[in-house]
Amino acid sequence: MYSVEADNLIKRYGSNEALRGVSFRVDAGEIFGIIGPDGAGKTSIFRILTTLILPDGGSARVLGQDVVRDYHEIRRRVGYMPGRFSLYQDLSVEENIRFFATLFGTTLEENYDLVKDIYSYLEPFRKRKAGALSGGMKQKLALSCALIHKPEVLFLDEPTTGVDPVSRKEFWTMLTRLKQQGLSIVVSTPYMDEATLCDRIALIEHGRFLDTDTPAGIISKFTLPLLAVDGPHMPSLLRDIRQIPQVFSCFAFGDTHHVVLRESGLSEEAQIDLLHTALYAKGHTDLTIRHIKPGVEDCFMYLDTLEERS
Amino acid sequence: MIIKYLIEKEFKQLARNPFILFIVVALPVLVMLVFPWATTMEIKNVNVAVVDNDRSDQSRLLTEKIASTEYFDITGVFMRSEDALEQIEFGDADIILEVPYGFGQALVSEGEGSLLIEANAVNGTKASLGTSYLDMIVLDFAEEINLERGAVSVLPAGGIDVDSYYWFNPTMDYKIPMIPALVMLVVALITGFLPAMNIVGEKEAGTIEQINVTPVPKITFIVGKLIPYWIIGIIVLSVGMLVAWLLYGLRPEGSVLLLYGLSLVFVFGISGLGLIISNYSSNMQQAMFMIFFIIIVFILMSGIFTPVSSMPEWARVISMFDPFTYFAQIMSMIYLKGSTFRDILQYVYPLLAFFVVIIGWAVLSYRKRG
Repeated sequence: MYSVEADNLIKRYGSNEALRGVSFRVDAGEIFGIIGPDGAGKTSIFRILTTLILPDGGSARVLGQDVVRDYHEIRRRVGYMPGRFSLYQDLSVEENIRFFATLFGTTLEENYDLVKDIYSYLEPFRKRKAGALSGGMKQKLALSCALIHKPEVLFLDEPTTGVDPVSRKEFWTMLTRLKQQGLSIVVSTPYMDEATLCDRIALIEHGRFLDTDTPAGIISKFTLPLLAVDGPHMPSLLRDIRQIPQVFSCFAFGDTHHVVLRESGLSEEAQIDLLHTALYAKGHTDLTIRHIKPGVEDCFMYLDTLEERS
Repeated sequence: MIIKYLIEKEFKQLARNPFILFIVVALPVLVMLVFPWATTMEIKNVNVAVVDNDRSDQSRLLTEKIASTEYFDITGVFMRSEDALEQIEFGDADIILEVPYGFGQALVSEGEGSLLIEANAVNGTKASLGTSYLDMIVLDFAEEINLERGAVSVLPAGGIDVDSYYWFNPTMDYKIPMIPALVMLVVALITGFLPAMNIVGEKEAGTIEQINVTPVPKITFIVGKLIPYWIIGIIVLSVGMLVAWLLYGLRPEGSVLLLYGLSLVFVFGISGLGLIISNYSSNMQQAMFMIFFIIIVFILMSGIFTPVSSMPEWARVISMFDPFTYFAQIMSMIYLKGSTFRDILQYVYPLLAFFVVIIGWAVLSYRKRG
């Protein structure tokens, strides 16, 4: 049985289509990542699967239970950590976790083993108000509260947004450990570097999945030549690269530009020469151009551009 | 019992909000301290401009008599009516008393005389009460003059002398009937506004999301929210009653237990209304304005300040759906008349109906899913 099955989910807010037919399966005990920018529809998927909103079309099952009909059963068996910190800021760490434990008819002591790894970070501050915790601590507390009733599926909506890099890393280590305990985890993130930590990922943009596969699978589908260009006048360089006819697309990635070339049959050296020549004609000198391996973000930008142009 | 933990959580949050503690104690004290004086219907310090065309001993005596009461201040004695009218136009005077030429002469010789009283009716209460006070003083004055003349009475022949007695408030103290109404008002304000802020507050903080994914049933959640306001309502009621007793010496004539029992019904209804508003609002401002508007309508239509019986037909229909109408009646009947349960039964039924409708609506309007 799949932990999550979604078939052609549609959600509209007025005239705005947040989800335009999303389908996917999550296997038991896997970390499934939903990767995409803000406003792509990630939160709507989570809210439908956690029975907080009703879909306008399509259907979904969580642990074999229908999200519309059997919502009561689902609420008992899933854990949800919303994107925004949603615990009581005026209650202490301990009061929050005990409160949510009681709402599920359990106690902190009963399921202590489950949250021990995470809660141990928080124990020194257990008398502190939740609102006074740091971003990383808040996130650990939210995860503890989502886990306290021993859920079978965990839904984490952008758990690492606004969290420092060290805490982000710790957080993913915790997720891996939870997965080993048999939990299925559906997690969304706008950070492409976190995508490779998932078993399978779905790339989402404008309410539609661009592709669903393992991170390696997605990357292996990227076959066009990819080059990194960097030079002294980056903004004008970006504009000029995009005007070269052999260039499929070009995006700024940190301090370099990633250039995707159209299929041409040219050798790697010839591709580099082509760019050098074309850019020299526009007055760009001192450029560094080299071939690079694509990452998930390159795949995302490529698929998104492809979608836009079709 | 999950509800126990929900209530416990509400109390922890309330206890950590010093503002709420302040409101619950300070507001009833302040309202009881200030409002009975402010809402009094007694008229004092009415400004009178006198136009004295007579300039006789009698006209001067009358002016002095008016000035010597605590109700009137004489702003000036004028020769021409225009000057006095100007006083009204500039708002310096509320009433003009015009004494015609020959007033004193006629009064002494024939025991008759006429006067003109003009009032600025922009403030209707002041104008009508002021003129009737002034009438009484003039009548009194005429009686004195007549007695001096040796006549028996100024009252028209065969006239009826009326003595009045004000039951339940013998001294016709305007503060007394206001007090039970004010106690109700302060209870309604606090137990209406606080819950209206509550659920919408959880929406703004996002905590409602986390509650909604739990298996807690709607009714448990709503009742868990209501009970704390029940208790707050009782505290506010007690503070208000205590202040009324200490400050104005007013204690309920009827059963205190009955008063508390019906207050619980009323508070449950009003806080339910607050929660309904909270459920439908998407932010604090909306909730705030909604409850503010509704409470204002409830107050104005309830007959606390103006009697329902003198409202037009359509307004009386509105006041029939106003819980304040019934609870204000119940409060003043128990407080002032010492009415028993049987006496107030006709007001208890509508209050119960209000309670049932509101609680049902509050539970139904709380949506765990959009």
